[in-house]
Amino acid sequence: MIKLIGLVPLFPLIGFAINGFFGKKLGKKLSGGIAVLSIAASFVVSLLVFMELNGIANKSQVVNLFSWINSDTLSIPFSFLVDPLSSIFLMIITGIGLLIHIYSLGYMSHDEGFARFFTYLNLFVFFMLLLVLGNNYLVMFVGWEGVGLCSYLLIGFWFKNTEYNKAANKAFIMNRIGDLGFLLGIILIFFTYGTITYGDVFAKAHTGSETIITAIALLLFVGAMGKSAQIPLYTWLPDAMAGPTPVSALIHAATMVTAGIYMIVRSNIFYSSSEDASEIVAVVGAATALMAAIIGCVQTDIKKVLAYSTVSQLGLMFLALGVGAYSTAVFHVTTHAFFKALLFLGAGSVIHAMSGEQDIRKMGGLKKALPITYLTMGLATLAISGIFPFSGFFSKDEILAYAYEENKALWFVGSITSLLTAFYMFRMFFLTFHTSFRGTAEQKHHLHESPKSMTIPLIILAVLSVAGGLLGIPAAFHGSNWISTYLNPIIMHKNPSTLSHETEFLLMGIATAVALVAIYTAYNVYQKSNVLPAENEKDMRPFERFAFHKFKVDEFYAFTITRPLNMFSTALGKFFDNQLVDGFIEGIGVVVKWLSGVVRQLQTGNIGFYIFSMVLGIVAIIFWSILK
Amino acid sequence: MRGILLQSAIISTPIEWYIMLSAVLFTIGACGVMVKRNAIIIFACVELMLNAVNLLLVAFSSYHSDASAQVFVFFIMAVAAAEVAVGLAILSMIYRNLKSIDINVLSKLKH
Amino acid sequence: MLTGLLIIVPLIAAFLVFFLKGKNARIAALGFSVVEFALSVFAWYQFKSDPLSKQLYLNCTWIESLGVNFAVGLDGMSLLMVLLTTFLVPIIILSSFKTDYERPNAFYGLMLIMQMALVGVFTANDGFLFYVFWELALIPIYFICLLWGGENRARITFKFFVYTLFGSLFMLVALVFLYHHTGMQSGIKSWAINDLYQSGRSLTETQQGYVFWAMFLAFAIKMPIFPFHTWQPDTYVNAPTQGTMLLSGIMLKMGTFGLIKWLLPVVPLGVANWGNVAMILSVIGIIYASCIAIVQTDYKRLIAYSSIAHVGLIAAGILAWNQQGVQGALIQMVSHGINVVGLFLIADILFRHTGTREISKLGGIRNVNPKFAVMFLIILLGSVALPLTNGFIGEFLLITGVYGYNAWMAAFAGLTVILGAVYMLRSYQGIMLGESNTVTAGFGELAASDKAVLIIVCAAILVFGVYPQPLTDLAEPAVKTLLMSTK
Repeated sequence: MIKLIGLVPLFPLIGFAINGFFGKKLGKKLSGGIAVLSIAASFVVSLLVFMELNGIANKSQVVNLFSWINSDTLSIPFSFLVDPLSSIFLMIITGIGLLIHIYSLGYMSHDEGFARFFTYLNLFVFFMLLLVLGNNYLVMFVGWEGVGLCSYLLIGFWFKNTEYNKAANKAFIMNRIGDLGFLLGIILIFFTYGTITYGDVFAKAHTGSETIITAIALLLFVGAMGKSAQIPLYTWLPDAMAGPTPVSALIHAATMVTAGIYMIVRSNIFYSSSEDASEIVAVVGAATALMAAIIGCVQTDIKKVLAYSTVSQLGLMFLALGVGAYSTAVFHVTTHAFFKALLFLGAGSVIHAMSGEQDIRKMGGLKKALPITYLTMGLATLAISGIFPFSGFFSKDEILAYAYEENKALWFVGSITSLLTAFYMFRMFFLTFHTSFRGTAEQKHHLHESPKSMTIPLIILAVLSVAGGLLGIPAAFHGSNWISTYLNPIIMHKNPSTLSHETEFLLMGIATAVALVAIYTAYNVYQKSNVLPAENEKDMRPFERFAFHKFKVDEFYAFTITRPLNMFSTALGKFFDNQLVDGFIEGIGVVVKWLSGVVRQLQTGNIGFYIFSMVLGIVAIIFWSILK
Repeated sequence: MRGILLQSAIISTPIEWYIMLSAVLFTIGACGVMVKRNAIIIFACVELMLNAVNLLLVAFSSYHSDASAQVFVFFIMAVAAAEVAVGLAILSMIYRNLKSIDINVLSKLKH
Repeated sequence: MLTGLLIIVPLIAAFLVFFLKGKNARIAALGFSVVEFALSVFAWYQFKSDPLSKQLYLNCTWIESLGVNFAVGLDGMSLLMVLLTTFLVPIIILSSFKTDYERPNAFYGLMLIMQMALVGVFTANDGFLFYVFWELALIPIYFICLLWGGENRARITFKFFVYTLFGSLFMLVALVFLYHHTGMQSGIKSWAINDLYQSGRSLTETQQGYVFWAMFLAFAIKMPIFPFHTWQPDTYVNAPTQGTMLLSGIMLKMGTFGLIKWLLPVVPLGVANWGNVAMILSVIGIIYASCIAIVQTDYKRLIAYSSIAHVGLIAAGILAWNQQGVQGALIQMVSHGINVVGLFLIADILFRHTGTREISKLGGIRNVNPKFAVMFLIILLGSVALPLTNGFIGEFLLITGVYGYNAWMAAFAGLTVILGAVYMLRSYQGIMLGESNTVTAGFGELAASDKAVLIIVCAAILVFGVYPQPLTDLAEPAVKTLLMSTK
């Protein structure tokens, strides 16, 4: 089956092609069916591949497709690598992708762009699979930019809305900033090691000097910053919520945004060989986690809360990467994919029921009307808050344990983040489902639980969110930590935990206590005292307002980058190019013209004068030749 | 017999005389071209200059007993004839249009 | 022989087309250009079976006393450029089917003469012949721009003509200088390219510097590279669409091709001394033109500036003078040719359907014609070098090549990745997305000929993006040989 790994991305590509060319003619049922089937097929193949890989000893299988770019020593084949890391991502992408495709059948059923939506979604899955399957950095880059394109297309899915288009442009351009870093990183790898194929590069990695390794690690990290929305390139992700909600679930929560983590885990040898790079990754991750969590506490748009939560969780993952806990990061990617996809889909279900309303201040008391959504989202909220024994508890606590070991300050920031996470998630949860309904009467009349195609994925994801922790039960609980063992072969420098089980338990206890306090606070404020987030900005406290405005980072970028660039370009075009450069060229013409004007005075038009000067000239020549 | 006599007569005339004659003719021609405004007279003067040169060429040819200069003379005469043909045609056109053959009227070519 | 045929066929075709009237002229022109394309494909086939086949070379005496030969030949590089030319000319002719030009016989005849001159430039193996074809290419495009251009055409075309001619004359001086230094041992002077290479390499360092700048000036103006680019935006905007396509799709490649074949191998010391200055100019040009493109309001002008940015990167790759750089340049020349023809056709379609190219006046065309929007998007992605489009292969190799020269240069040159996305996406948003307005509501369907061209361009973008092997196979050995010869 592994030899047929090409089928995994091929199925979505076929689905994309069919829907792209004939989508409108096929009708909704058929085009949706094709899209779902294509993902289902690649899920089945992925599953078979995954099981086969489990059974064999050589856990690094390369499949060559064709030779792609050749230039002297630079030869880049289009080849795939199946190993533990890519197989886990395969399962996440095709599995969650399948669920979200099914969900979208219901969610998008009323949209006129139905076929187009599935076209883009299939294309996305194709590129995402390329990203994780590639056996060299350039194939990863292909998928990397491809998912960026699909993200662009899907954020701007409702292309008549200018704001959405702007959000799409912003996402693409910010990602491109990261991509440039990534591209330069790839090129630096090529010039250092003479190849960009993973196996060869990692085998030779130690031959590079520390400076170069740090440079490679940082350049790659710039790429990860863009794709995985880390400071300073994170502002596109909240705006990306302009896309349809299933897109937010699949692309902007479960898969694409974790590409940065995938990339760093894949290149872990560079990071474990460079203290500096690791430290930067950890600090950026921690800062992002904290900042996004603070912003998340004051947002009122249900999807924005989740978006900042995603940024914050991604920050935690980078924190894990920075402290060398690579397999833990993958573990958190997996559990996060479960519960965050569920949260987004649940939010989608809520928005669907509320006829498009996204403001949690206008919701409330929805638990009666949406029992399944309520229950599943409740489980996901518990999971993300890190309550035992839900999946988030295991992955997050493992990250915090590693952080504690590495650097107490990082651990502290991580713990604060978990505190805030539990708080804002339950704030959102209480405001949405508890207390009383605050929407219009018409919305209330319209309230309904979503169709089966939407609730079944919710239920499956809820099961996974609850049980996902089983993948990595730590030794303290007498577990085997399957995921860490499974990923062992691709982690070059192991970083085994030296914490005693007592300390581990203590950390877990602290984390749980912190989460419970946060939940209790949220309960007190939003459920019991029925406090609503301020309607009016003026009612906010200064810091709250500052956080509500996302710390004015967008404005800061506009002020420091966008506007100066525009002004500079205008000046360059209107003044420098037109007046100076072209003026100089035209100036030459003007000077020549002026000189001719002077010389032209001699051309009187009087033939007699011409002849006279000619004779004078001849006489002068004769005299000159005689005198000489 | 007559030819030989003629040649000896030419040779017996000192070359300086020829040079002086053609120089005078040439100068008259050149002055005429420079001073006159009537295009036809200018033409005539140009012819005079050409013929002054012809005379000189023939004289030197005889003097050196080399016929090649006389070939030039034929060329010049042919060119002069062609020039007169074209030039007079142009002049008659100009006259038809401007009712004048004053060359100063034609200074407008400069624009 | 085959190469001679490739040059002579468009010339004969041009004369025949001159005598046809009306629609027949353009149909005949299209037919002949397709024949020419078939011929070049046959030449490619010949080349694949035997790269040194006698069919591909032609060498006969032209002016014996001056040592001028009519020497033309097809190596991998030339073949790539000839294929680009013969592939694009039919497309360009096809793209004109919805525009009724006055005196079509002259218009298409001139285009075919242009094709002949371009093929000549790309195949010439004799310095004199190269120069003759180089200048010959200027004449038809001058008339095309002058007779069928937009308002202000007289002034703008004059500037274009004088500017490029000015540069070319420096090249002529340099070529003559090289010619006078040939045959130092044998005493026999020659214009043959290999003799010019030898003579150039035997020059002193200072002399090589002069030759470098004289020739670079000609090529830099033709491409154009900052700061010699100011003729370009005006000319591109004012020329008739097909003229712009010829200029940007093929003619600017004369400059880059000239760099590869007629400059860098000739004066290695000059390049070693001055290449970095030229490189800096190219890299400045990339950022400079990209920035200006961001604030353009006229779509055609925006593409014109984007073209300067792209060509700057190509020039930088060539000046890096390593395998990846030069090979990337060749591939990007092909890709850029294809993409820019597509983009200019889009500008033309926009103008024909709405009467304006102002981005701010357009919008929402996607609602009216989604198929056009998809093709536009594909071409746009090709030009912002998204992977799996043709633009990416070239751009990746180019940036790699520049990196091999200097890492910081590569970082600056790489900004095109970001800035390109900025101006392309902004313009796409402005033109295609949003609500449609009164100008764009009646956009309507595309004409069959336009559709055909766009489909061909899109197909080429995707095919060469996924499978660039045919291009790289042609470019790789030729570049290798060339680089070896200068080492």
